[in-house]
Amino acid sequence: MSRNRHPLFMPLILVGGLIFGFGLAYSHMARPEIVLDFLQFDDFGLPFVMFGAAIVSGIAFAVMPRIRDSAPLTGDKYGRRLKPFDRNVLIGGGIFGVGWGLSGICPGAAYASLGIGNVTILWAVVGMFAGAYLQGVWRSKRAAADMAPAGAD
Amino acid sequence: MLAELAAPGQVVPAEPFPNGISRYAIGGLLVGLGAVVIYLGTGIAAGASTFLESTLSYVSDQSRFKQYRASRDWRIVFTLGIVLGAAVYAVFWQGGTWTTDVQPWRLLVGGVLVGIGTRIGKGCTSGHGVCGVGSASRTSIVGVITFLTVAIVTAQIVAALGVSP
Repeated sequence: MSRNRHPLFMPLILVGGLIFGFGLAYSHMARPEIVLDFLQFDDFGLPFVMFGAAIVSGIAFAVMPRIRDSAPLTGDKYGRRLKPFDRNVLIGGGIFGVGWGLSGICPGAAYASLGIGNVTILWAVVGMFAGAYLQGVWRSKRAAADMAPAGAD
Repeated sequence: MLAELAAPGQVVPAEPFPNGISRYAIGGLLVGLGAVVIYLGTGIAAGASTFLESTLSYVSDQSRFKQYRASRDWRIVFTLGIVLGAAVYAVFWQGGTWTTDVQPWRLLVGGVLVGIGTRIGKGCTSGHGVCGVGSASRTSIVGVITFLTVAIVTAQIVAALGVSP
């Protein structure tokens, strides 16, 4: 990614973000109340939005690798979003779930919420950065400890 | 909201989509389309939570954040796009600004847990939920089931304790 980028790279990212954010706002997922309504089974909109979006992206993930080798703006190979499974997926997912259930916010929806004028959401944005920082410091220290000879393991 | 409090045992609402179904269908298609536009041009399956760590790499030299330096500039542009896209909705469809009634302490504490959890768990509702599930990734499907289940239980407990809004 550090090599010279195509001049349309950033404009395309911006357009993709615009559509993504518009969709989050249009679907009312940028409103924590609507998310909490789903989590309390009062409105089944959220799974409709999330799985609807997954089906749309899924079509691209399934089709593109078959008709083209690489993306025009980066030259990167078309692939799927596959991450290795380990305990962290469950631990992190559990912590995220508690936070999501308490606040009704998740990262993308929080940014979109700011866009619809919800200044109160800045509490959540500040919280997310603080949380990401805390885990980053902790994991950086742990990684350094793992590198040291005679590790604690 | 009062009606729900009166019947806490009620699981299936009388109206599954009290706000209508079209906003969820159209909104979901657009969220997916936004991810597809980026994927078609760049091959990137974008998520929204990595922005938190990649942006921290500007102000912190912790080794954990350094791995995101290469992508931190476009992740800011992506996030800016999300904010602007939502602002376009607010101006032309919503007809003004909207603010939440959810209490600040819930947003702050929830936000901290979301920041920790999405980063340890390798993704959020867009990374795992949209791009990962769209990729039929088992890791993402397990991740989504985990955070969805825990979030439902948490929200039910919070509501049962009478915390509102």
